[in-house]
Amino acid sequence: MNSPSTQFVPSRRMGIYEPIHQIGMWGENFKSNGNPSASVIFEVDNKLENESETASHEMLAPSNKHDQEATKPIDKIQRRLAQNREAARKSRLRKKAYVQQLENSRLKLIKLEQELEQTRQQGLYMGGGLEGGHLGFSEAVNPGIAAFEMEYGHWIEEQNRQICELRNALNAHISDIELRILVDGGMSHYFELFRMKSTAAKADVFYVMSGMWKTSAERFFSWIGGFRPSELLKVLVPQLDPLTDQQILEVCNLKQSCQQAEDALSQGMEKLQETVSATVAAGQLGEGSYIPQVATAMEKLEALVSFVNQADHLRQETLQQMSRILTTRQAARGLLALGEYFQRLRALSTLWATRPREPA
Amino acid sequence: MDKVMRLASEKGVVLFSKSSCCLCYAVKILFQELGVTPTIHEIDQDPEGREMERALMRLGCNAPVPAVFIGGELVGSTNEVMSLHLGGGLIPLLKPYQALC
Repeated sequence: MNSPSTQFVPSRRMGIYEPIHQIGMWGENFKSNGNPSASVIFEVDNKLENESETASHEMLAPSNKHDQEATKPIDKIQRRLAQNREAARKSRLRKKAYVQQLENSRLKLIKLEQELEQTRQQGLYMGGGLEGGHLGFSEAVNPGIAAFEMEYGHWIEEQNRQICELRNALNAHISDIELRILVDGGMSHYFELFRMKSTAAKADVFYVMSGMWKTSAERFFSWIGGFRPSELLKVLVPQLDPLTDQQILEVCNLKQSCQQAEDALSQGMEKLQETVSATVAAGQLGEGSYIPQVATAMEKLEALVSFVNQADHLRQETLQQMSRILTTRQAARGLLALGEYFQRLRALSTLWATRPREPA
Repeated sequence: MDKVMRLASEKGVVLFSKSSCCLCYAVKILFQELGVTPTIHEIDQDPEGREMERALMRLGCNAPVPAVFIGGELVGSTNEVMSLHLGGGLIPLLKPYQALC
């Protein structure tokens, strides 16, 4: 145990880091949870006993001079014991205060870490153009993911620009030919995103699955790393009136086949979860965290990449079919509606993140 | 490969699959939803599985399984099946083989 000064002055300005250098004062025992073992109390008391004995001895020496000869041994001992008890009591109170302060600082530290993590994550979602924004995660920086996040930031910017352009074009009643160029551009932009996601999925499929690159409200609707194709149709169709009877029929069929394909993929995912779970739980549990069938489990996780790709393929196919069914003008209105829908979700996320909260 | 071609040209809907493949499972579910019972060949349980796998790859599929044949014609893998279905072309192909309700 270190032997620093026992002068403990509770500082009113004690911040998070001060207790750390004072930990040495109380020694190893207080490092983990501030619950000292009984032996430490004894040690500390002993230490204080020795030092307070010296102090009290010096303090009281003058008044006791004339008694020293007669009652020296007994009085002295009793006085010393009383003073020791007093010193020990004071020491215990000081220690209690110190531990309390340590506990408060610890809670403060935890809260700050949480807020920091939240801010980091929000920084990643807003535009996602932060370089090295991925550094905030405890995992090693994945260059494929860092690249994706940057690209996604640019993708959002381009998306916003295209939505503006579409809105202006529709209001300005430009020709169908010019509108077609915008529609094709809009479709290509979505396909570009699916290509980006495919590359990112090879780098880290769990990252793509988690939707961490999107805002929180968008993530709420996440299905295998993106939006549900059936959801897309639900948002789009009401915006497209009036549709011809033929179009209504085709949209109806598309809705049905889209739902069926979605259900099939969902069930495939469930099956994948079951098999991974079974593989991880294989063998006797309770004998350590070694996975007997780790190679099989890894193999199964590879399948996740295929599922993400299939889900994106379904999204792309849904968009393409809608584009085929609709006229150019309808498709332009559809792309505008879809783009604005996602913009609103992103705005909602920002509002949610910055809503006034009660002070902790 | 003879075996693959022979099995593929059987009438009806033929699906080459692997029992461990969850994407194959998804395709099976889709056929089920459409009222079709394909003839399923689990190539991982076939002694000639490796060769079959190679043959399927040579036919141009991205992944050997799932591989769907309808009426002896190769439809493709999951991608092709999904595209066909969303385009409205799958059900007409399956019509002759759909279970009578």
